[in-house]
Amino acid sequence: MAGNEPKSSSSLIMPGETTSACWSCGEMRAAHFCSACGKVQPPVPVDYFTFFDFPRKLNIDAGRLEREFYELSRKLHPDIYARGEGREQQWSLEQSSLLNDAYRTLKDPIKRTEYLLKLEGVELEEQSKAATEKARATGQVKKQVVPPDLLEEVFELNMQLEELKAQKKMGEDDPALIEEVGRQKLELEEKHDALLQELKGYWNEWDKLVDSGTDEDRHKVRDKMVDLVNRRNYIRNLVRDVNEVLEG
Amino acid sequence: MSADRIVGIDLGTTNSLVAYMQGERPVVIPGEDGANLVPSVIALDENDQIIVGNAARKYLIETPERSIYSVKRLMGRGVEDIQDELKLFPFRLAEDLRPGEVLRIKLGQQTFTPPEISAFILRQLKRNAERFFNGPVSKAVITVPAYFNDAQRQATKDAGRIAGLDVLRLVNEPTAASLAYGLDKRQNGIVAVYDLGGGTFDISILKLQDGIFEVIATNGDTHLGGDDIDNLLIRIALDDIRGDMGSDLSRNGEAVATIRKAVIEAKIALSSQPATRLNIELPGGRHYQREISREQFEQLIQPIIDRTVGPCKQALKDAGLKPEQINEVVLVGGSTRIPKVRSLVEGLFQRRPHTDLNPDEVVALGAAVQANILGGGSEITQNMLLLDVTPLSLGIEVAGGVTDKIILRNSTIPASATQYYTTQVDGQANVAIHVLQGERELAKDCRSLARFDLKGVPPMAAGMPRIEVKFLIDANGILHVSAREQRSGKEAEIEVQPSYGLTDEQVESMILDSFDYAEEDFRQRQLVEARNEAGTIMAALDKAKQSPAWGQLTSDEKKQIAKLVKALDQVKKEEDYGAIRKAIDALNQGTMRLAELMMDSAVSTALKGKTMDEADMGEAPEAGHPVAKADFK
Repeated sequence: MAGNEPKSSSSLIMPGETTSACWSCGEMRAAHFCSACGKVQPPVPVDYFTFFDFPRKLNIDAGRLEREFYELSRKLHPDIYARGEGREQQWSLEQSSLLNDAYRTLKDPIKRTEYLLKLEGVELEEQSKAATEKARATGQVKKQVVPPDLLEEVFELNMQLEELKAQKKMGEDDPALIEEVGRQKLELEEKHDALLQELKGYWNEWDKLVDSGTDEDRHKVRDKMVDLVNRRNYIRNLVRDVNEVLEG
Repeated sequence: MSADRIVGIDLGTTNSLVAYMQGERPVVIPGEDGANLVPSVIALDENDQIIVGNAARKYLIETPERSIYSVKRLMGRGVEDIQDELKLFPFRLAEDLRPGEVLRIKLGQQTFTPPEISAFILRQLKRNAERFFNGPVSKAVITVPAYFNDAQRQATKDAGRIAGLDVLRLVNEPTAASLAYGLDKRQNGIVAVYDLGGGTFDISILKLQDGIFEVIATNGDTHLGGDDIDNLLIRIALDDIRGDMGSDLSRNGEAVATIRKAVIEAKIALSSQPATRLNIELPGGRHYQREISREQFEQLIQPIIDRTVGPCKQALKDAGLKPEQINEVVLVGGSTRIPKVRSLVEGLFQRRPHTDLNPDEVVALGAAVQANILGGGSEITQNMLLLDVTPLSLGIEVAGGVTDKIILRNSTIPASATQYYTTQVDGQANVAIHVLQGERELAKDCRSLARFDLKGVPPMAAGMPRIEVKFLIDANGILHVSAREQRSGKEAEIEVQPSYGLTDEQVESMILDSFDYAEEDFRQRQLVEARNEAGTIMAALDKAKQSPAWGQLTSDEKKQIAKLVKALDQVKKEEDYGAIRKAIDALNQGTMRLAELMMDSAVSTALKGKTMDEADMGEAPEAGHPVAKADFK
């Protein structure tokens, strides 16, 4: 079948998996498809880095990731098993959805960082979910933890946004206020970019520590990244709010 | 091979087509009338027989209450979704329809659901393909608007099943078009497909790289297209007529259908000429006349075509691209023939759109390419792979009526998400889940896909169970749900009730009903084939009359043959398959000696006992030969 020619790709054989046999041909199998006959294999629950056989490092070569994604798609996509037996179709569906989910997460620098932090035991998402649920249960607006150094600024910006919203409702227009809010938005965007740069600095540190650091070192960097990601997300939401008011 | 014959179908709002891959190229399969496009029109004739396509069009005017067009607008929708449609289209709903029920449309005294009506169109396309291949066709790839939601996709799949087709894949229309384009061009780059059809608008942005067709973003409006332009022009004409002649014809089905036909012709004319004249004969013999310039037309339609701008900008934004980063813009759909639409696209993307492909056919051709890929591919398609996305975010209703998005729009499919649920009361056995599709914050503003209960949760204290629910969107863009209680390891039973879909039982019963039509299909096919064979043998006989063997027959023999030919010619025009068969056999018998004489003179011995059509060694018309002997079971 097209795209199924036996082609061994050693980078895809997972350590510890190489001894199990392919269900179809009995030969050596790789993580997701058999390296000998090319057939899709039953999915094994693995994290997204392992799925691509990448180390748990934060600097990823985007070009290589895309190439791997395309190559794996050619092996795993349901189109290739359209004429296959039922279980092959099911495995291909599960494997390719895992592939797509993994690619979507690793491709995006922030999602990738958040995902790694989650693997390292930080429950960013759970935290915010719990906060959301609590806010809803009590009927209050969800309180985000405002980074202390932003407190004053954010307070003022929120006041201005409220005023702008009220003016828009009345059909009024205050160019001076719009300009002021626009200026603050620019500042926030600069801050956002600076945070991203800082975060990338910690990526390099983290990647070094993966190979040769102590747990303690790694935890320090991890906690620093949690802080940066939270601040960055906070500012991103703020910029989104400003855009909504300005465009709305 | 023939068992694996897979066709590509474009089930359009206005026209439908079937195509397949002929060697290296996708080609459209014409109908019996030679036309590539089958109008998506269904009518009941005088004998309550279903008529599809061109032949059904005259009924739109003659008996509008027994005909229907643009049924695609109703696929996968509930009665509360289509209030706007009902004002503009002559859809007649069944009177006993309840809210939340699948729509049923009246056609004469009968009622049909939209998937059943679409199945009539699919069955006609299937019939056209079977006639073309001279053998059964049971597998298909069907295209849908990229912006179709889960219910609309499911309805399309149901229509395929009802028509007796195994739908191997639903492909998004703009993506299909990109396959046809890519097959042609074989170039890497970013392509935008702008698809404005009869009833739907889609914009898709793709990255083409070494045979991978990766959709980066898609957007659209499933209720925007040429129909809207027609309806606007109809309304203007009706207003004019009321003003000029004082008569309100808006409730006169025949008059509206006549006006509709005329404004569509005017719309088409204005794409190639600067002005046109509407001249409509109204019931009662009066005439409505009006001159329309292209300029006026363009002003009128501006608000409609402007509605495509928002989705295009959103798609670019979602793709993270600027217009100048698009390498090519491909136009799809009949409405992109309108010069004003072309200039709008040119302005949006700052480049001249690619118009080499036939906008009516390119989607069907792409579907044929995808059908070929699914069938195992050929040399030319073996490197091609489509990676499509889900057009709408998938969410779950959480406390406070808020949508919690779990799979974001423009995620490559298949895609999945896992959610964990628990109970709020001790010993609670069921957990209700409401699945939504859409981008809005509040559940009530999103499309309700399904409500279901996780049943059989083992009795535990409140908050103890940990129910893992997995949502998976497959390569057709259709959602699947599975659930498991993790603490007990027990698989929870799930009952999914699609909000506006047919249940499996309903589809099964419609398939059973459709056997009546399948029998009709079989009868039709036999008839067509017998007629073809009759034509072949008569043509062969005409040719034989030029040969010396003809002169060797006695005048009685010649008279007898003439009689048999006349008899065959007569029954050939009628609907009785058995009679045609009999007349063919009689003519074959009656020309046995002629055949022998011809062979004798040609090759001499050894070939005796052959019949007329076998003895004709010239090139017989392709259609005939042993077709009638083929066994259709």
